[in-house]
Amino acid sequence: MTDTALPDENTSRTANGTGRRIPYRVFTDPEYHAREQEKIFQGEAWSFVALEAEVPEAGDFKSTFIGETPVIVTRAADGAVHVVVNRCAHRGALVCRELRGNRPNLECVYHQWAYDLAGNLIGVPFRRGLKGQGGMPGDFDMKQHGLKQLRVGIVGGLVFASFSQSVVPLNDFLGPLVVEHIERIMHKPIKVLGDQRQYVHGNWKLYAENTRDPYHASLLHLFHNTFGLYRSTQTGKALMDSEKRHSLLYSIAASNDDAADKQAYGDSRTFDTEFKLQDMSLLKGRQEFDDGITLVILAVFPNLVLQQIQNTLAVRQIVPKGQEAFELVWTHFGYADDDAEMQAIRRKQTNLIGPAGLISMEDGEAVEIVQNAIVGEQQATSFIAMGGGRAEDADHLVTEGAIVGFWDSYEKLVGFGTAR
Amino acid sequence: MLLDTPSRYELQQLTSELNALYAELIDDDRLEEWPELFVSDCVYTVISRENFERNMDSAAIYCDSRGMLVDRIVSLRKANIFPVHAYRHILGPTRMVSTTGALAKTQTNYAVLMTRTDGHTTIYNSGKYIDEIDLSGERPLFRSKIAVFDTNLIDTMMVRPI
Repeated sequence: MTDTALPDENTSRTANGTGRRIPYRVFTDPEYHAREQEKIFQGEAWSFVALEAEVPEAGDFKSTFIGETPVIVTRAADGAVHVVVNRCAHRGALVCRELRGNRPNLECVYHQWAYDLAGNLIGVPFRRGLKGQGGMPGDFDMKQHGLKQLRVGIVGGLVFASFSQSVVPLNDFLGPLVVEHIERIMHKPIKVLGDQRQYVHGNWKLYAENTRDPYHASLLHLFHNTFGLYRSTQTGKALMDSEKRHSLLYSIAASNDDAADKQAYGDSRTFDTEFKLQDMSLLKGRQEFDDGITLVILAVFPNLVLQQIQNTLAVRQIVPKGQEAFELVWTHFGYADDDAEMQAIRRKQTNLIGPAGLISMEDGEAVEIVQNAIVGEQQATSFIAMGGGRAEDADHLVTEGAIVGFWDSYEKLVGFGTAR
Repeated sequence: MLLDTPSRYELQQLTSELNALYAELIDDDRLEEWPELFVSDCVYTVISRENFERNMDSAAIYCDSRGMLVDRIVSLRKANIFPVHAYRHILGPTRMVSTTGALAKTQTNYAVLMTRTDGHTTIYNSGKYIDEIDLSGERPLFRSKIAVFDTNLIDTMMVRPI
């Protein structure tokens, strides 16, 4: 393992026309996977770990992951949110074995080492021995043996953490565009509606691509296109932060013209005027935002998607599980002041998203059909050129620019070369 | 009403048979007939145990009319993209929880095995059905069916009813 991103010996910007080429081995080779854990998830990035609303009270905790490393998010007595590695400082056992709960402190079951909610070691059984025998050495310093404490940053009630002491502050890492759009959705207190968990048999970066891809959304997802929830003909934008790490896609439903769209999509499978719902109540929502935006997919590097699709609001956390699978954790929320009708709308529209979502179920399959097709491939690359093949903002939705931005960021942190 | 004063045994027979038919229609891919096992203003919910036990709304599937059940099936046939697969339901005995008039409340454990085109069969989803069954008509119908699943990681996606 080297200290810097490896040079790209088969450059991903090779000839054969304008466009970005990504070697498929980045999705299958364990070497990249190990390097990502080091350079991204334990490196120069902030990872999403929780909504503040998931740990509202002192003593609340949630266990989750940054990359593949187990972490605990806690709310201490003073109200501060802490993130610590979920691994006892003694002999490495998981300290927290539940998904969530409330405790006055964290205690490892193996030898009952106890930590406060910030991760400081506060108790070691038999530390001074029994009857003058055994015990820890005289120079044992409790302060040196806490849980590993991570840097924590919070924007709009979204909790991020980083292993890095040198990474730029969270607000700078996100950039003003991302902060603005987090705060747009998180503009008032939220209420968590539940979690849905999905296991996708594909590399996590295929999902990073998928959520930066306005090109596929009306071509894979019939519900989007046929019911006009999203079409590439709509007014919308595909924007990035200045570092091109993150991607904001948004669109405005009803900004399009059905007759012209029919021509644009021709006989596309996903533009089906014959497809009707018996119960249209599924799509009856309310306009919630004055800006008229009805769909936001905010993909925050490396592991978060914050979304608004109609009246569904959710964060999706990406948890890699080896190089060939990831878990996607959807946490749905509404606002604390939602009236009964709004609660009913959100409950019903949840049918659109999540692992059984009439729209989003299809992204799991899209990831897997790529993973299944690139097994063992060492040389071949993808070809990403829609919209010009560069990491550039677009004031339209016929682009893959944000995918290129993701790969530019990846190249800086991880690189495309191999050490072998 | 199916029976004037059905015995507990007869009720159990009727509700077990309804669940068996429910599973059969799904497993045999006779999905167009599946909504007919529900009353028109039914509620059908597939929800994780994690959310159900916290009294949280977020369900994988939530339909509050038979029309929505039909829409799920039409979507599966015409709209949705998913890996080719088949289900096999294994049902435990249906236990009568209570009866009030012509409404029976029952509970049934289930496991759904999934077989994909590569031939591998996996345990896709296991949990329990909490049902309210309307016995006032010519045949028993689900007024409400909640599938509370333990399998907290949904493998790839869920398109078929549980």
